[in-house]
Amino acid sequence: MSNAVSALNGASFKGSVAIKDVGLQGMITLRGDFKSAVLAKAVKAATGTAVPETGQILHSTKGSAAWMSPDELLLLVDYTNVDAVIAKLDKALSGEHALVVNVSDARALFEIKGVATRDIIAKGSPADMNKDALPVGMIRRSRLGQLPVAFWMDDEKTARMVCFRSVGEHVFTWLKNASKKGNLPKYHT
Amino acid sequence: MLLLNCPYCGIDADETELEAGGEAHITRHGAGASDDDFETYMFMRKNPKGVHFERWRHAYGCGKWFHAARCTMTLEVFGTYSAQTLEPPKTLINKIKKKRPNWEGFVK
Amino acid sequence: MSTRLQSGGRLIDRTKQIEFNWNGKRLNGFQGDTLASALLANDQMLMGRSFKYHRPRGVVAAGPEEPNALMGTGEGGRFEPNQRATTTEIYQGLKSHSQNHWPSLEFDVGAINTKLSRFFPAGFYYKTFMAPSFAWKHVFEPIIRKSAGLGKAPTHKDEDSYEYFYAHVDVVVAGGGIAGLQAALTAGQAGATVLLMEQAVDYGGRAITDGVTIGGKPAAAWIKSTLAALKKLPNVQMRTRMMAAGVYDHGYLLGYERLTDHMGPSDGPRHRLWRIRAKRIVTATGAIERPLSFAGNDIPGVMLAGAVRDYIADYGVSIGDRTVVVTNNDDGYRTAIALHEAGLNVPCIIDPRGDLDGELPAKAIALGIRVENKSAIGKVKGGKRVEAVTLCAQAGEGTTLEEIKCDAVAMSGGWSPVVHLWSHCGGKLNWDTDTAIFRPDPARPPLGADGTGFVIATGTANGHLDAAAALKDGHAAGMAAAKEVGFKPARAAAPIAASELEATMLPVWSMPQGASYALKSKTFLDYQNDVKVSDVRLAAQEGYESVEHTKRYTTLGMATDQGKLSNINGLAVLADSLNADIPNVGTTTFRPPYHPISLGSIAGDAHNELFKPIRKTPMHQWIDENGGDWEPVADWRRPYCYKQGSESVEEAVTREILNTRENCGLLDASTLGKIIVKGPDAGKFLDMIYTNMMSTLKVGFCRYGLMCSENGFLSDDGVVARLDENTFLCHTTSGGSDRIHAHMEEWLQTEWWDWKVYTANITEQYAQIAVVGPNARKVLEKLGGMDVSAEALPFMTFKDGELGGIKARPYRISFSGELSYEIAVPASQGQAFWDMCMEAGKEFGIQPYGTECLHVMRAEKGFIMIGDETDGTVIPQDLGLNWAISKKKEDFLGKRGQQRSHMTDPNRWKLVGLKTVDPAKVIPDGAYAVDGTMRENGMHNMIGRVTSTYFSPTLNHSIAMGLVQNGPDRMGEVIEFPTIGGESIKAEICDPVFLDKEGARQNV
Repeated sequence: MSNAVSALNGASFKGSVAIKDVGLQGMITLRGDFKSAVLAKAVKAATGTAVPETGQILHSTKGSAAWMSPDELLLLVDYTNVDAVIAKLDKALSGEHALVVNVSDARALFEIKGVATRDIIAKGSPADMNKDALPVGMIRRSRLGQLPVAFWMDDEKTARMVCFRSVGEHVFTWLKNASKKGNLPKYHT
Repeated sequence: MLLLNCPYCGIDADETELEAGGEAHITRHGAGASDDDFETYMFMRKNPKGVHFERWRHAYGCGKWFHAARCTMTLEVFGTYSAQTLEPPKTLINKIKKKRPNWEGFVK
Repeated sequence: MSTRLQSGGRLIDRTKQIEFNWNGKRLNGFQGDTLASALLANDQMLMGRSFKYHRPRGVVAAGPEEPNALMGTGEGGRFEPNQRATTTEIYQGLKSHSQNHWPSLEFDVGAINTKLSRFFPAGFYYKTFMAPSFAWKHVFEPIIRKSAGLGKAPTHKDEDSYEYFYAHVDVVVAGGGIAGLQAALTAGQAGATVLLMEQAVDYGGRAITDGVTIGGKPAAAWIKSTLAALKKLPNVQMRTRMMAAGVYDHGYLLGYERLTDHMGPSDGPRHRLWRIRAKRIVTATGAIERPLSFAGNDIPGVMLAGAVRDYIADYGVSIGDRTVVVTNNDDGYRTAIALHEAGLNVPCIIDPRGDLDGELPAKAIALGIRVENKSAIGKVKGGKRVEAVTLCAQAGEGTTLEEIKCDAVAMSGGWSPVVHLWSHCGGKLNWDTDTAIFRPDPARPPLGADGTGFVIATGTANGHLDAAAALKDGHAAGMAAAKEVGFKPARAAAPIAASELEATMLPVWSMPQGASYALKSKTFLDYQNDVKVSDVRLAAQEGYESVEHTKRYTTLGMATDQGKLSNINGLAVLADSLNADIPNVGTTTFRPPYHPISLGSIAGDAHNELFKPIRKTPMHQWIDENGGDWEPVADWRRPYCYKQGSESVEEAVTREILNTRENCGLLDASTLGKIIVKGPDAGKFLDMIYTNMMSTLKVGFCRYGLMCSENGFLSDDGVVARLDENTFLCHTTSGGSDRIHAHMEEWLQTEWWDWKVYTANITEQYAQIAVVGPNARKVLEKLGGMDVSAEALPFMTFKDGELGGIKARPYRISFSGELSYEIAVPASQGQAFWDMCMEAGKEFGIQPYGTECLHVMRAEKGFIMIGDETDGTVIPQDLGLNWAISKKKEDFLGKRGQQRSHMTDPNRWKLVGLKTVDPAKVIPDGAYAVDGTMRENGMHNMIGRVTSTYFSPTLNHSIAMGLVQNGPDRMGEVIEFPTIGGESIKAEICDPVFLDKEGARQNV
């Protein structure tokens, strides 16, 4: 896999916030019954986390699990490990009605870092970016400008944002434009 | 610009995050249906001035379809609920009746 | 003359001189000046020409309600027309000019219209340009276009940038006057998050200029301490130069923040359009003064009384040496007193009222100012500047009692609350007879999502014209807003404001009472659109009873100021003409924005490279660098062809087709949709979604399928592969992946929610690369890693494996009729795999090919294309695809629709091939076939149309497909396609499969 490249191949930009393409990130879509103990066990084995509650993203040293819909999770694991994790999940869930599918290459993942992070996202998303509405530990699926995205705060200054790979360049250009020098909204800071 | 609470996410979603899907609780009439039934299914829609049950999809969010009970005049939203039902929940119907005593009630 | 006073001007900094350019002249002003105040300081009262009569016009107001002083500002990519001089702050080097005149502001040829004004009554255009009809386009419209219009539209692309900002807040307070500040403070102290926005550069509204005291101290001191208290609250945000532009459903509010207008060209966004969701909106937007209706009330030098004292107090500018004040209320006296205190002469205060017993008239009289009661202005004399007014009795017809020399007139017809934001989303108004105002009816507010009112009007905007009542109301509004959003404000008394007690005003809608037609036809209601009292009266006489109709007939209130000054006066004249009450006539609808906002701010950042997202495949850059000639395919970009050297597009396409058919071609097919459908009910589900049977597909095999809407019409097609017992992979068209995925989810979620099926759109997980042509297998064999032989991987199967060290899934499917492998590899390795194919294929003549080559090759094979052969009205049966419609299935989406009589009509147009009689002639796209007979309406009877048409280099003649009436029964018949040039192209109806009908080439 030495010839594998992420959507923006690690591009970065420093403006009022620092933006970068995080690089290859293992991502797995898991659809199934969240009430199932088998599923909970499989998730724990895959990411080291419980099944997240509505709107939550949980992290462990092994990976993360994000709530995408009432029957869909996004599991974040090491890129090189994805096939192995999927094989384990498939095996564990073989008796369940569930879908496990690799979406690592179907997405782009960006990191946005800086005190203005919430303000930058609020330039393009109708989501409520107030601290109490999107605290660390929650994920929000919304839109950024004209495109669907999902984002969460890793800490008060750092957000991660996922979008489709084919529009990764557009989202990166959008983030660059929004964090160019000039008057900042300074609403969330 | 409406604001509708997605019953799955619990989020007040902006209209620009949603996709409208027209009237809710339409019965499908497929192969073998009479001409009248098929016509009603495909083309006949209520257009009330007042309480209306309609379909919305949280397109930029969880992607799920849900139903909303809304007044087409005042845009008051009486409630949103799962799309996986054949009729609105009783509690919602009672709530609407209280607010709109002259409402004819849910008619399929 | 107007001039800068020796002292005063709280908004200007006299130590900072600013040079700006106006109409080519270099002028000076001070930091803090508006363009209007700076021009007045330079004795430039004449600032524009009116829209219809080109009358000379001066500035009337000091705020956003200004109708006359509209300027073009900036140059080139930063030029903007119709900017109000009263809200344009000057900066070093500002370039500006007046509008709507030729050749110059001072001498304007168009002013002849004013002499002809008798011939330009209300509805002039409607009445005059009715016939003959051809004349509208060729005579009238060009003339009107030339003479009408305000500023000129910009000719350059906008160089500035703009942005949106989304905010969610408990309470928005629109307006930073004393009521707004108090409302923000009360709500903020209660704990609510508050966003306070003020359109001007400074807080406090009119309180400072009007000498209000709060808690016994001058208003300025209270404002300062209140701002300090607000700044301490972390839950309160405050913005100046930000206007609440519009209130919309469910607490949505647009805020228009002007970031750099006052600085000139700068880095960063010029305007920020805030899209706010507020739980409560407090509108503390104050009031706008009304003009009085007397003859000559539009001559430069006639100004609103409040504006006259604003220019003195805010900018240290006097508008004239001798100013006559005419007022129907006590507030106008404040201007006389302010003028007097500034050392300027007030020859007379003219007041139509009888008893003048208020504190302010008493003060004016005590200062020795002459006051004439029961009086009116007969007319204003002057052309480009006021010279005198005639004094007459208000009760009479305007007989001159005395001529009073003056160079300015300050008029006050009372104040109208700014109820726009209250009304935008449905808030209703009541008419208050005492103060002659429309004020918000708290019982009928605009309603939010929960059915309760979400807008609270307060202060002057709520009809409290007196400072004490306004401030008290601001506090109450803050309390109410905080409570309604769930906070418990502590009980606290509102601060107490005081100002002079005012006596009752007298509504005066015409001055004098019995003004003659001659006077009324010089009495302007709407300055910008030149609507006079006589025009509204004429409209009423002609039967225009509805205020909305009168507005459109006379154009009253339709200018860029949207009737901020004229609406109430015009309404009163209409009511009077109709012998009706004002509330019964009603107001016109208030629509957002309150004040014009820039188009750039509405576009936001969606311009240049961010105008529209473009989807790019993993090989996009390579294609771009290797001659790819892009075309849009849905939101994707795909190469139409790859141009080599000086090749034309046609030459490139021909080369690609021949090479692919003879050697090997490489196609980026990554844009094809790929949807995983999994679950015990997946087969059953796909049997409903597709017209053909999918549940019987064997694992490891592929099947072409059709999807229809419930109406029966074709909506998408593609190859389905069965990955395992429970899992299918459905390919969709390039534009169809999101739509079809949503379509599947809709049926699963809303109709068959008890079926056990999950879907996932994995389109972008894979780069899909088609290796096509007689040498395709050799290329893959060279890459190595898996057996791709005909035995191991027969036609219409797939296999998981590895090619060239990359995890790959080749599908043996063909859209070209050639030996073909479509290979899915991880998107991250798409470019690597592409490079390998190009390298390995070198010796086998591999060349990349684009979408046009793909189109021609599929047409040669008679394969349909969604969007070419289909247009939303075509059913599979029309295309001869009956073989793909299951007869065994009880039901599928579209089955019932296809059984309707019109769908089974034997006369439907059906797919056939078309071979032109002249093999070199290509039928134009979309051409219709005719049978030589005519319809009743004189048009040709059409019997079919072309859906795909190309020149086939493989067959060396033109080929086409089309839908023709009874087509399949008319093989060999020659039909005619007339073209736009007049030529008719003859084509023979034939089988749509032009090449290799047996499929020998692909099945090897």
